[in-house]
Amino acid sequence: MDWHILAQQLVNGLTLGSIYGLIAIGYTMVYGIVGMINFAHGDVYMVSAYLTAICLAVLFSFGIDSLPFALLATLATTMLITAAYGWTIERVAYRPLRGAPRLAPLISAIGMSLVLQNGVQLSQGAKTQGVPSLIPATLRFGEGHDFVQITLVQLMIIVVSLTSMAALTWLIQRTSLGRQCRATQQDRRMAAILGINTDRIISMVFVIGAAMAAIAGVLVTLNYGSFDFYIGFVTGIKAFTAAVLGGIGSLPGAMLGGLILGLAEALFSGMVNTDYKDVFAFSLLVLVLIFRPTGLLGKPEVEKV
Amino acid sequence: MDFPSFPRGLLSMVLAGGLSLSGLAGAAETIKIGVAGPMTGGYAAFGEQFWRGASQAAEDINAAGGINGKQIELVKGDDACEPKQATAVANRLLDQDKVAAVVGHFCSSSTIPASEVYADAGVLVITPGSTNPKVTERGLPTVFRMCGRDDQQGPLAADFIIKKLKAKKIAVVHDKDTYGQGIADAMRDRLKELKADDRVVLYEGLTRGEKDFNALVTKIKASGADTVYFGGLYNEAGPLLRQLREQGLKVNFLSGDGSLDPAIVTTAGGPQFVEGAYMTSVREARNIPTSQAVVKKMKDAGFDPAGFTLYAYASLQAIAESMNGAKTSDGMKLAKWLKSHTVPTVLGPKSWDSKGDLKDTSFSLFIWEPDGTYKEMQK
Repeated sequence: MDWHILAQQLVNGLTLGSIYGLIAIGYTMVYGIVGMINFAHGDVYMVSAYLTAICLAVLFSFGIDSLPFALLATLATTMLITAAYGWTIERVAYRPLRGAPRLAPLISAIGMSLVLQNGVQLSQGAKTQGVPSLIPATLRFGEGHDFVQITLVQLMIIVVSLTSMAALTWLIQRTSLGRQCRATQQDRRMAAILGINTDRIISMVFVIGAAMAAIAGVLVTLNYGSFDFYIGFVTGIKAFTAAVLGGIGSLPGAMLGGLILGLAEALFSGMVNTDYKDVFAFSLLVLVLIFRPTGLLGKPEVEKV
Repeated sequence: MDFPSFPRGLLSMVLAGGLSLSGLAGAAETIKIGVAGPMTGGYAAFGEQFWRGASQAAEDINAAGGINGKQIELVKGDDACEPKQATAVANRLLDQDKVAAVVGHFCSSSTIPASEVYADAGVLVITPGSTNPKVTERGLPTVFRMCGRDDQQGPLAADFIIKKLKAKKIAVVHDKDTYGQGIADAMRDRLKELKADDRVVLYEGLTRGEKDFNALVTKIKASGADTVYFGGLYNEAGPLLRQLREQGLKVNFLSGDGSLDPAIVTTAGGPQFVEGAYMTSVREARNIPTSQAVVKKMKDAGFDPAGFTLYAYASLQAIAESMNGAKTSDGMKLAKWLKSHTVPTVLGPKSWDSKGDLKDTSFSLFIWEPDGTYKEMQK
């Protein structure tokens, strides 16, 4: 295989993987704190794709044609509204079930996912929607037919995901909010006794996860330009896989899992066969879990006695 | 849900008795006809075409006196292009709505299981848009279609690729669905007949519902293909085309009738990505002389009868004609009547062979223009 084809597949895989990683953060943080899988998270990402298109349309209809401003405004608005979605979902579907057996919030998460999907389908229509290509710029390396290229949007995806990841790690490791998060993760009851408002922390985790999914939604909408009410399902499953692969509950693990999954898909698809790329991705997951049941960066869970 | 036909017949006799009593009381009798297709979901654009076309036909037939003096009442069935839902819809249309005949479904993967349900009940079904050969190859007597078959559509594309485009290396991509892979295989079979199948350098399936095909596109680039044939629907064709163009591949792109819809411009993110793509589809019904009056009426009402709209119109016409001609709504008798008569429709006179396929079917080639519309190419 030529070097430029391999390099191009690495670019494809990194882009896809960054998106998986961004969404995986939502799964991994919620699991880390409350020990359950938020199955509505993929649909929060889907909602953010719609919000992106709506924001852009509103801005352009007001004649705002400065692209950097429009993108930043869209990103901010989308993150804000999506975060509100995350907060509401926690309040409506999970907080009332806080003391219930684990299966109950799991079912309500699936219910929430269906509510979001059907709500968007009813209000926005079932057709695939699209956003016109806004940033056609491309960086090319190489000559003639043999070149590697990275579009500006792809570059943005990689840079923005790594930056948000770094910012989030700083937030968790260095701030008071982060300390409270980690304390809640370690032992929710003890943290509450020590004066941490654990309900607020759990809400915050849903808000942060949703905001990360919003960033992914904006980037994906810019990159692929087309989305429908169902995109949250496939991408959600993949991001969830990435979170488990990296070690669910671990932030760097989510990003690492995302990147590995994206690269695995792209390289398998490019070198072997596209038909079976998902089979390959999930076989990889099974293999990792056999040898490292907690995922790549996960810590073994200690049973508290 | 496999009831023997006896209870169903008995039930309908009881119901018919009830209806005739209410008929005496002065209520109008109607003939219920199902219209089934993807009314929601990613392929709802085609379902809407079905519904609009059939509704217009029902309106026009009712205005002209209906079927044997009875008015047509349409019942909508939504299969969302999912085989499981399609059989559920088929059962509901028969058991609950008691339809006398069905126009539908759209996706071949839905039509094939659903038509078994209709055929078991002896109910006539005409699909305006399912092109997979299996729809009529299974020998079900009451199953008809108002369009051509993929083993006619695929070869048209293959001939064009070899004779006009003079392609040297061809990449074949499909969506692993009954329709998508079926039409891609039909195209490839024709390449074999043309002794050109060694020009196929790549044959792979992508996953429906995904948006990222960049890895596949890079692989196509590596294969050195100058022509890409895609078997699938516009939801995937749009992003695939966009990513091909974004990676700088100036290859020829061909696809089938599942991609020929204005919605592909939206899914691709702009007409600049779709421009120059070739697609095969059923003949452009809006240009046929016999359809002009209906086209004008629908356009005046604010709906452009593109794609399969007029095919759905014609399907309902054929059902009405057969019921008028055979003086019954018994599916077996209607099927026998349709196979031995020529029916005037909005698409011109149509007649069927013993399998339920049209005797005359012609597909056309279309090309996308820079402004995001498509036009029929001169033959």
